Amino acid sequence: MWDIPEHSFYAMLVVFGLLVTATTCRLILARVKPEKDYTELRQRIQSWWWMIGILFVCLIVSRTTAIILFAFISFLALKEFFSIVPTRQADRRVLFWAYLAIPVQYYLVSIGWYGLFIIFIPVYLFLFLPMRMVLIGETHGFIHSAGIIHWAVMLTVYCLSHIAYLLMLPVQNAAAGGMGLVIFLLFMTQFNDVCQFIWGKLLGRHKIIPKVSPNKTWEGFIGGVLTIALVSGFLGPFLTPLNFKFSLLAGLLISGSGFIGDVVISSIKRDLEIKDSGSLIPGHGGILDRCDSLIFTSPLFFHYLYYISY
Amino acid sequence: MERVLKILFFALVVRPIVFVVLGLNLRGKQNLPLEGPGIVVANHNSHLDALVLMSLYPLSRLHKVRPVAAADYFLKNRFLAWFSKNCLGIIPIQRTGRMRKNELFAGCHEALDRGEILILFPEGSRGNPEELSEIKRGVYHIVHDRSDTSLTPVMMHGLGRALPRGEALLVPFNCDVIIGPQLPEAETGEQLVEAIKASFLDLQQYCITCRQTGDKSQQ
Repeated sequence: MWDIPEHSFYAMLVVFGLLVTATTCRLILARVKPEKDYTELRQRIQSWWWMIGILFVCLIVSRTTAIILFAFISFLALKEFFSIVPTRQADRRVLFWAYLAIPVQYYLVSIGWYGLFIIFIPVYLFLFLPMRMVLIGETHGFIHSAGIIHWAVMLTVYCLSHIAYLLMLPVQNAAAGGMGLVIFLLFMTQFNDVCQFIWGKLLGRHKIIPKVSPNKTWEGFIGGVLTIALVSGFLGPFLTPLNFKFSLLAGLLISGSGFIGDVVISSIKRDLEIKDSGSLIPGHGGILDRCDSLIFTSPLFFHYLYYISY
Repeated sequence: MERVLKILFFALVVRPIVFVVLGLNLRGKQNLPLEGPGIVVANHNSHLDALVLMSLYPLSRLHKVRPVAAADYFLKNRFLAWFSKNCLGIIPIQRTGRMRKNELFAGCHEALDRGEILILFPEGSRGNPEELSEIKRGVYHIVHDRSDTSLTPVMMHGLGRALPRGEALLVPFNCDVIIGPQLPEAETGEQLVEAIKASFLDLQQYCITCRQTGDKSQQ
């Protein structure tokens, strides 16, 4: 009935297996140590079920549905960004135009117009927005505002839309299909967060950037990078057109850039003196808190893949 | 009929807008009074304020929730009056003219007697976006001889950016809705005003859309 490529189907099963394992572990923990409070862990795992469930359903239903899902995620992320950063009251109408970039960008994705997809935001929108700002006539705080608005659109719309474009690339690994690429990127990015966290907990001593994120250590980073590169090396040929060697490199790229995305969003939150960017996803915070690494890994993985295979 | 209209309006129009176009960073939902008589006292930035607060209520309780609104504005023409009455279920207050306190708040008292929950903005009008204006005494005149009535403070932030006064274009923003614990009974009007103000400022620190950094003049 549904047309799920074989390898992608197995990958989904593995992810569900991991979720079941996580849920089981939590239940055992709650049984063994009932005195501790596991609310956050429970919420976190529960939210994972929802996020993964929604993603897989959209991927399975149709390519268009999945693209709409990513457009909606971009919208939520951009809204969250604009809600926490200081923008001038006068710029409301500029922000409105920035929101309108989302349907346009994702429409370009859905028709597969690569040439315009790649330049629409950095050329046309980035030149249009300051013009709209000039028309308002308020020059006080102009640079500040222009910087914030452009960067927000860059991160949440332009970068994230690359995930959706993975679905439009001509299929080279028929056993995995376009959704194989998406699952690979999302899984490796999120798994990287987990690995860096676990290695940091196990061995962490030397802090990388104590001012931004005191829990980030060299041990966690290096452990994460090595684990991800290795896992990616074996998983890549299964889900992407890349061979072992190039998949290994893709893992290095995802791990390194995922780390950067994570700490960049952390810096934004530090600057604004907030802990979470929102409360949309129970146990995780806001959507930016969950998409932080993805913002950096998606365009980099996309262009790496595009360069190697297309 | 009024009840059905109100439920339909909130289920089909308000809730989708509040949860998709806007987004709530909600805190202290357990403090929201579900049973009346009670008054929800909130700060006022936007026409959206009352709608957002009402959307927190389950649809089955919605008919018990009544925003207190200015008669001169909400009953200004026939269409708006019909809408305010049937879709929002407002309790009109005459801001202008010289009425005695008892007459002025008669509608509020009747509603409280029926065990309803009032939504009241003690700042009066919406003022400048995201700025607290002076709190008026009205609330005190309603509650001072009603010890049965709970008084729940709510701080909202962000809606003044989504739809400020004098604007028709709704721009998506997340907003904070922080619901505080019930206020204690106050002896005098000033005391109550002070308590409300203090609780607003206290709740404000949980707002994540309230930016501590950045030039004030730019906001």
